Amino acid sequence: METVIRTKDLTKRFGDFVAVDKITFEVQKGEIFGFLGANGAGKTTAMRMLCGLSRPTSGEAMVAGIDVYHKPEDIKKNIGYMSQKFSLYEDLTVLENIKFYAGIYGLTDKQIKDKSDELVEKLGLQSQAKVLVKLLPLGWRQKLAFSVAIVHEPKVVFLDEPTGGVDPSTRKQFWDMIYDASERGITIFVTTHYLDEAEYCDRICIMVDGKIKALDTPFQLKQNFKADNITEVFYQLARTAKRGDD
Amino acid sequence: MSAITLNNITKTYNKGTVLAVDDISFSVEKGELFGLIGPDGAGKSSIFRILTTLLIPDKGTASVVGFDVVKDFQKIRGIVGYMPGRFSLYQDLTVEENLNFFATVFGTTVKENYDQIKDIYIMLEPFKDRRAGKLSGGMKQKLALCCALIHKPEVLFLDEPTTGVDVVSRKEFWEMLARLKAQGITIMVSTSYMDEASLCDRIALMIGGKILSLDTPAKIIEAYPEKLYAIKSPNMHKLLRDMRTNDEILTCYASGEYIHLSFKNTTKENEGSLKKFLEEKGETDLVFKETIPTVEDCFIRLLGHTDGNSN
Repeated sequence: METVIRTKDLTKRFGDFVAVDKITFEVQKGEIFGFLGANGAGKTTAMRMLCGLSRPTSGEAMVAGIDVYHKPEDIKKNIGYMSQKFSLYEDLTVLENIKFYAGIYGLTDKQIKDKSDELVEKLGLQSQAKVLVKLLPLGWRQKLAFSVAIVHEPKVVFLDEPTGGVDPSTRKQFWDMIYDASERGITIFVTTHYLDEAEYCDRICIMVDGKIKALDTPFQLKQNFKADNITEVFYQLARTAKRGDD
Repeated sequence: MSAITLNNITKTYNKGTVLAVDDISFSVEKGELFGLIGPDGAGKSSIFRILTTLLIPDKGTASVVGFDVVKDFQKIRGIVGYMPGRFSLYQDLTVEENLNFFATVFGTTVKENYDQIKDIYIMLEPFKDRRAGKLSGGMKQKLALCCALIHKPEVLFLDEPTTGVDVVSRKEFWEMLARLKAQGITIMVSTSYMDEASLCDRIALMIGGKILSLDTPAKIIEAYPEKLYAIKSPNMHKLLRDMRTNDEILTCYASGEYIHLSFKNTTKENEGSLKKFLEEKGETDLVFKETIPTVEDCFIRLLGHTDGNSN
């Protein structure tokens, strides 16, 4: 097993406020890792550190074999990222977005052309290839955004609430794409507010007040907490939150 | 008299090129908690903006508490509360200042109508001197609800109040709505979370500017045309892929820890033949059972396909 993400006592403070409090975990190659927590639990801060966007206060973190302190810029080349809020350039067409991202990630002209053809066909966007992204329905946009985020076959892709507001049918298709990527060996690090989606992950980590309060397979978590589903597990843990939603 | 009525409402944008609301008619009874359920782009926000008189429909008529949304727009504005999808309070004003501002605009005071917001405001009180822009998502949502309620509206319009909010805060929010409903306020709320649909009296399932179905959640579930089954095994993704190669299956997709499926023709032999089929594919430890559809299952069924052409 190859470890793709490894943290030890990773911590981020903002003044007196400890946003992320000594979290320690490992994620393996190809794993679908669900990162859950209430609003304000520290998910975004942790994710920003792992993406090389925020320097940790203390502790260790390695992503795709790279240390987040020493070479944060190198991390960016080896990861993909998409979120609900920002993913594609709305004033560029489908093709332009693919080319732009593929170019940024350093693909050659030949690779860019092949990749563009492949993605447009796979997503069934042939007739929309020259349409501005802002005119596409959100569901298609999110599927395209995911494809673009892994256009350079990164070791790990970070997905921040990728399916918010998407219709249930497209949400299922989105998860099919996640499964496919994971089987190709891309590690998936995903946050979501849809707790039925947590069941699709290989392992789930639940954060409360900046700390990891649970980390296991969905099956094992339900056993440990004597719960019928992950929503119940989440309630049990989130109720213990002290710093709350503030 | 219905609290809200829409007759053949159509709304387009960009000189008619984008059809947002497509000939929609329905009504909401007084005191009802009515849900518009659908993904982004379904037309939910356009309907809210038409009913709150912020947008004029291309075609059709609509009324709120008997007032026409075009002719009587000023009357409507005084008696409805509206919480838009995007946080729209004054970020540079404190919690208390925002509330005072909205009370004043509507010709009342916080003191006069305090009982209306008390339950919600006590959760905000520790932060009353904090600027609205510095609040967390859950707190912003509570403040926005207080500001929409401070003039004791007859009808409350809540556009995706729980989007991006965690499950714990979402649950709290729906408990607040239940209490408001008990006071007799008519509430129209939209959401893209299918699990919230069952908390409404009636729901309209929407996509692409159209209503797919409109009824009580129980009736919508009852109307599910096929028997629905749930299946699971240790390797869910392989199971799903294997099932997609089976000709007898009408639809199958992941749903929580199970895969939901239905057959093209429901017969007694279905279960046995599917199990045999999957065992030949090397599946072991299968759990297979009949299951009751959820609103999400109904929505997917109404979309009619899971082949990538929706939304």
